[in-house]
Order: sequence, then structure tokens, then C-alpha cells
Amino acid sequence: MISQLSWKIGGQQGEGVESTDRIFSTALNRLGYYLYGYRHFSSRIKGGHTNNKIRISTKPIRAISDDLDILVAFDQESIDLNAGELRAGGVVVADAKFSPTIPEGIEARLFAVPITAIAEELGTSLMKNMVASGASWALLGLPLEVFNKAVEEEFGRKGPAVVEKNVQAVKRGAEFVLEQAGGPLEQFKLESADGKQKLFMIGNEALGLGAIAAGCRLMSAYPITPASEIMEYLIKKLPKFGGTVVQTEDEIAAATMAIGANYAGVRTMTASAGPGLSLMMESIGLSGMTETPLVIVDTQRGGPSTGLPTKQEQSDINALIYGTHGEIPKVVLAPSTIEECFYDMVEAFNVAEVYQVPVIVATDLQLSLGKQSCEPLDYGRIRIERGKLQTGELPEREPNKLFPRYEFSEDGISPRVLPGAMNGIHHVTGVEHDQEGKPSESADNRRKMMEKRMGKLDSLRITDAVKADAPHEAPDLVVVAMGSTGGTVDEARLRLAQEGMAINHVTVRQLHPFPSDLLEPHLRKAKKVVVLENNATGQLANLIKMNVGCHDKIESLLKYDGTPFLPSEIEKACREMR
Amino acid sequence: MATFKEFRNNVKPNWCPGCGDFSVQASIQRAAANIGLEPHQLAVISGIGCSGRISGYINAYGLHGIHGRALPIAQGVKLANRELTVIASGGDGDGFAIGMGHTVHAIRRNLDITYIVMDNQIYGLTKGQTSPRSAEGFKTKSTPEGSIESTLSPLEIALSAGATFVAQSFSSDLKQLTSLIEAGMQHKGFSLINVFSPCVTFNKVNTYDWFKEHIVNLEQFPEYDPSNRIAAMNKIMETGGMLTGLIYQDKNRKSYEDMAVGFGQEALAKQDLSLSREQFDKLVAEFK
Repeated sequence: MISQLSWKIGGQQGEGVESTDRIFSTALNRLGYYLYGYRHFSSRIKGGHTNNKIRISTKPIRAISDDLDILVAFDQESIDLNAGELRAGGVVVADAKFSPTIPEGIEARLFAVPITAIAEELGTSLMKNMVASGASWALLGLPLEVFNKAVEEEFGRKGPAVVEKNVQAVKRGAEFVLEQAGGPLEQFKLESADGKQKLFMIGNEALGLGAIAAGCRLMSAYPITPASEIMEYLIKKLPKFGGTVVQTEDEIAAATMAIGANYAGVRTMTASAGPGLSLMMESIGLSGMTETPLVIVDTQRGGPSTGLPTKQEQSDINALIYGTHGEIPKVVLAPSTIEECFYDMVEAFNVAEVYQVPVIVATDLQLSLGKQSCEPLDYGRIRIERGKLQTGELPEREPNKLFPRYEFSEDGISPRVLPGAMNGIHHVTGVEHDQEGKPSESADNRRKMMEKRMGKLDSLRITDAVKADAPHEAPDLVVVAMGSTGGTVDEARLRLAQEGMAINHVTVRQLHPFPSDLLEPHLRKAKKVVVLENNATGQLANLIKMNVGCHDKIESLLKYDGTPFLPSEIEKACREMR
Repeated sequence: MATFKEFRNNVKPNWCPGCGDFSVQASIQRAAANIGLEPHQLAVISGIGCSGRISGYINAYGLHGIHGRALPIAQGVKLANRELTVIASGGDGDGFAIGMGHTVHAIRRNLDITYIVMDNQIYGLTKGQTSPRSAEGFKTKSTPEGSIESTLSPLEIALSAGATFVAQSFSSDLKQLTSLIEAGMQHKGFSLINVFSPCVTFNKVNTYDWFKEHIVNLEQFPEYDPSNRIAAMNKIMETGGMLTGLIYQDKNRKSYEDMAVGFGQEALAKQDLSLSREQFDKLVAEFK
């Protein structure tokens, strides 16, 4: 019996890879397995190789696997490109139609199933994904009725006849392969899962769900990979709460519309990726200067320019922190798990309103798009804090006196009132202004206003700004990472622990203002620090050096080929760096 | 009831003496009072440029944003609180150069806001460069040999983008301008009012006298029907875009707020933000 297994399906984009993956993983989720998905796709709609990989486990997992157990292939290209990942004893389930062959030097068992033929016999070649998935499911020896339930859910709205046909396709695929194999394969026999259905979603959905929980009722956004799922989720949900999503003409409009809506009192977000964030920089400055709350999600992808739009990277860190001209208070968060995507959105909206600043929530492509199991989300943890927002009646003002929207205060945060309130009139401008918001070029006022704004975040530490799994008092290595990389680090660490290597794992979740005080004690203990990130210049490592120091201890492990780290890569590097 | 005086504040505009923008400011103040608004019910969102300062000179809620982005900000304000009367305003550079993309799409979107452009055919605050509204051959600091780009016709663009209210006026005609702003604010949808607002410092061609000579007031054509889109386009072309008055109005098309499925009739900003346990559980259950 095994406790975990990797399954991959490959074919041409538009060939049903996505839907097969969806049904396969839905069924596994019903059985209670923990799942972690990885999508390999390109910037095109139809054609071009694409594959989806699912890691299946009886225990929580947050990393893609180094190798592969089962490959389902719709074409020879999928075998040629992916067979190298198969471990010894791996299996390929392929369409007999293209007379599949296993590349030389690879030890794998091939099941050539007449996938297209069976599908056509049942009515349409569109069902070939059902035949293929039925075959691979049968090899695992998992109960077919659970799979059929998932098929029913996928096709239910198309009527019972369509469901029945697809169920037939699954059955035929299963029967064919079982006959060839002589029953389910012993080496793929998975231990039973706990039977408890997990939440199963992509990071973008968790971010959208978190936004709704946070009271976000408007989103203005421009479509972009890999952020669009957030707007697609919210346009389905927000109208149920009186809100909506506006698809704007560009990202500048998206950010400025969100600023207008936040100014007028509705929690509003936008989301984009690198190119869009570049366009939003001036708007982020307006939010900072006018102390108007703003929440932006940046789903990082391969840059620069159009870069690698469908690939993993964590290279926006510098741009997010330093991108705006001039100096403003700004917060940059980086959730590292799917659960944090949810909770951090609630916190982002609170921080934006309490501190009256722009807040950027930075994910990365793998965190945003990798579909994975999610621990139960805690309703009790949702708190809505609106800071110094004045909602009651306001006293009448003396003639020509405005509401002191930018009043100097001890914490630098001023009372805020929403347009529409009686006796609350004040001015808001991106020009330097006085306490009522009127333009002012006085040197004395400028100095005080800069100090007021820049001092607001001095004390800000978000929940688990630095998250540490640091059991060792004198670790051999301290690994520092961010975003989706954390799960991979944990897996490598577990393997290295068996060799007696003591590794502490630290995740930086607040990138700006940098939580130096929280990180420093972890680095102090270390003989050596490895900073892991998906970019070419070590942006996180540089942030740490600049804010904490420890230059002599820090080494970077960088990966910038568009793919996430594999556990084995981290394992190897840690061994070498020790 | 507030009078126009209550829409005044004590900030002294930094406009040059004789600038057309003073009359636009006065017209907005009068129009707001005439339709029965109180200052706190009005939000003026402006762009950058001489005219962009207008939001600071009116006693109302005001936001002076970034260059070219008055419209998306104003639309955000309206979406958040549809009970507010929202005016966006700025110059021809703001609306027809850097912000042209937003102008066209704000027109298409048709949120219930009023956009007032102070059109002086030049960049004033940067001290005299060509604008998309400058005539061909117009000599400026950036076009010393005369502008060689064609002049943009915002009225034609507005009509072709599906505008539901298009008007044009002249800052000297306070009466017409005030009544058009009133009509624009009362129109249920996006209203564009382009106002010839002469720059007395940098534009020595398109002066008050020049406008008086060239303007064609639609009052001259008693048979003119502003609900006829084709006639409107013809009239704009016939007059070389120099016509003033209500050029086109579609009273039937619903505003964005009214068309968006599920969008609340009440101001979103007044809603309770919290989710009930039941609502939360229902949302989460979809991911099982």
C-alpha cells in the first residue's frame, strides 16, 4: 500500500485535459484524499501541448512531486515530453489510435487503449477523455461509483442521456484496461483516505472568497493571466450581495475606479499580474497620497514585459515595493498557502481601511492556479475593522471650515468620512495638501504631512508576518522562502531530516514594511541561510540583506525557468550548501 | 434649500483673470442649487490641468486625482454610492488625450454621471503645448511649425461610442451652460458636456471673440430634434463641431447601475459588510 501517487494527463490544449482533470480530482476529493494540482499550459486556446498533474496523498501535501506514476496521453507528444518524469514501474495509458511507443531508455508499462475508437462507438470522440480517465481510475482500484458520481455532477445539467453515455465511456475504458492488466495494479494501491471531503479550490478562488468574507462588494478589473479567475468568481457571487464586477478598459481604470469606490465607502479590489501592476503604479501613488484604502492582488507570473504569461515566477517583489514614484506608505503581503489566500484578503481589507493605505497581496502563478485541498475555513476568524471611519452624525462646521480629513494625530491616521455625509465636506487631492485637504506648498506642512503618512505603518505587523517552523536551536540551515514555494521546502526538509540534517523553515509573509525584527532572531541562530525564490536576481534575499543584514550567511537558490521548485532540487541544493 | 452661494468656498482659484473656467465653476454651482442639491450630496471628481483644480473650488465633496483618470474615479464613486450626484471634470488634454480611452468607455458604460470638459484647445498648465483639440496648423511651443495632426471631434466620437447625452456650450453663455449642466445631471445615464472655455494666456487664436463669431447655437433651428442620432451627427459635421446646445439625448436607455444584474438600488456604501454564518457556509460548500 502506498500513501501518495502522481497522475498526469497530457494532450493538445482544448482536447479535454482540463475537464478530465476536474472529474478525476473531484472523485478523489470525494474519497477524502489530499490533492495538489499543477497546470502546464500555454498562452493559446486550442492546440499546443498541455498537461495537468495531480498529486494524491493520504496526508496534507503542498508540493508537486519529482516524479510520476501514471501518465494518460492523448498523443505521442504527451508521452515524449512527459515520460521522462515516470519513475521505474510507472504506467502510460495512451490512445491506441496513434500506436503509442515509450521512448527508449524509459522503463514504463504501456496500456494502449482504443480511447478514440470506444468514444466514437458510443457516439462522439468528445468522450475520449472519459474513456481515458475511466481506464486510469480502474488501474488504481478505486470504487467506480464514486467516479460516476463525479461524472454525473459534471454533465448533470446536460441531461440524463449525456450522463449515461459518459458513464458508459468510463466503464468501457475501465473494462478494457482491467482485462489487459489482469485487475488493478498492486503497486498503485492507495491506502484509504479519511473519507472526509476536503475543500478543493485554486488560490484565486480562495482570494475571491476571502474578499467576499472581508466585505468587498465591488471589483474593477481587466482580464489577465493568471488573475482572471478572481473576477470570474466574483462576478458570479457579488450580485448576490448587491455588488458587481466591472470589466474596465485597462488596468489604470481598474485601479482608479477601485480608488473612487473605496473613497466613497465600498470595499473594492482589483487584481492583475505584472503588466497590469506596472500600469497601476501611478494609481497606487494616488491611494497612498490621498490616504484612500485600496486592495490589489498581484498574481505574479513570468516577466518582464509579456514574459512568460502562463509560467511561475516571483519577480515582482521589487516593483511592488518600489514601483511608485515618490514615497508613500504601502503594504505588500505574500500568502504562502491556499488558506492564507483566504485569511490574508480579510486582513488586507482591514489594514487598507485601518491604516488608509494601498495594500498589495502578492501570490504567484502556482499558488493562484494550482488546484489543491484546503483545510476548513474558520468563520470565527473573520473580523471587519474599519479604523477611524466616522459613520455617526458629525457636528456642524464653522463657516469655511472643512472636515479635518488629514488632521495630524499621534498615530498619523486621521478621521475619515464618506462623501454624502452632512458636515463632512473636505477636499481630496494627490497634490500635497493641508489638514482639510486643500493644496499646500508650505515647507512646514510638507514635512509634517510626509512624517504623518510615512509613520503610519511603523507598528504594522500582519498575522504571522514571518511564519516559522523552527524546531532546531542550532540548525544546519535556515531556509527562507515565500509564496507557493513553502510546501516544497517542507517536503525536502522532511527527507533531509531522515539524513539527520537540521533545517528550520521560515516564510516571509509581509514583504513591506519588512518585518526585520521578526526575521532577525531566526537568522541569528543559523550557520547558513538559504533564500529560495523564483527569480533571477534574488529579490527576497536582497530585501533581507538590506533590512536584516547577515550578508555573509545568505546564499540564494534561484529558479527562473518558469517552473516551480521540485522537492528534489531543494533537497540537493541544501545538501550541497550545508 | 441650498442656494448657489452655499456651493462656494473660500479657496481662491489659481486660474488667470479672464479664464473661461470661472464661468464653468459658477454654472456648476448654480445648476446644483437649481436642481435642489445640498452640497454634501454632490461629488466633483476632477483630473489634472488648470481646469482640474475645479473640484477644490466648489463646496461639495471633491477629489482631484491623477491626469486623465477623473472618469474611472468618478465611476467608482457612483458605483459605491448611487445616491450621490457625481460630476467628473477636466480639460481637453485630460479627457481627449491621456484619458481618451476612459472617455470612450465611460460613454459606453453609461453610468449616471455628468462629464464636463473645459475645452480650451491648448495645454495651459504646462504653459502652451498643442492639444488634440488644437486646429491643424496651430502653432504652439510643441508645434512651432504648426500642428500637423488632425483635430479630434469629441462630439462625433461620443455619438459613435453610444452616448446617451451629448451637449456643447460656451463659457460666456452662462444661461445655456447652466441649463445644460442641470439637464445633464438630471439625465439618467452618462452625460457629456463639452464647454468652450477660452485660455486667455496661451491661446491667442480661439479667443472669446473668435468663439462668438464661429459658434452656431442650436436655438437657430427650432425644428432640430435632439433624439435623432443621425441628424445629430449631420449637424455636428455641418457646423464643423461648433454647435452649442443639447445635441443628442436618448431618454430610453437604462443606466449601467440599472442594468447590472443584482446591483443594489440602495447605496452599496450603506450596506452591512458582514456575511452571516449561513451565507458563508453556503459559499464554502461550493468548493466541496
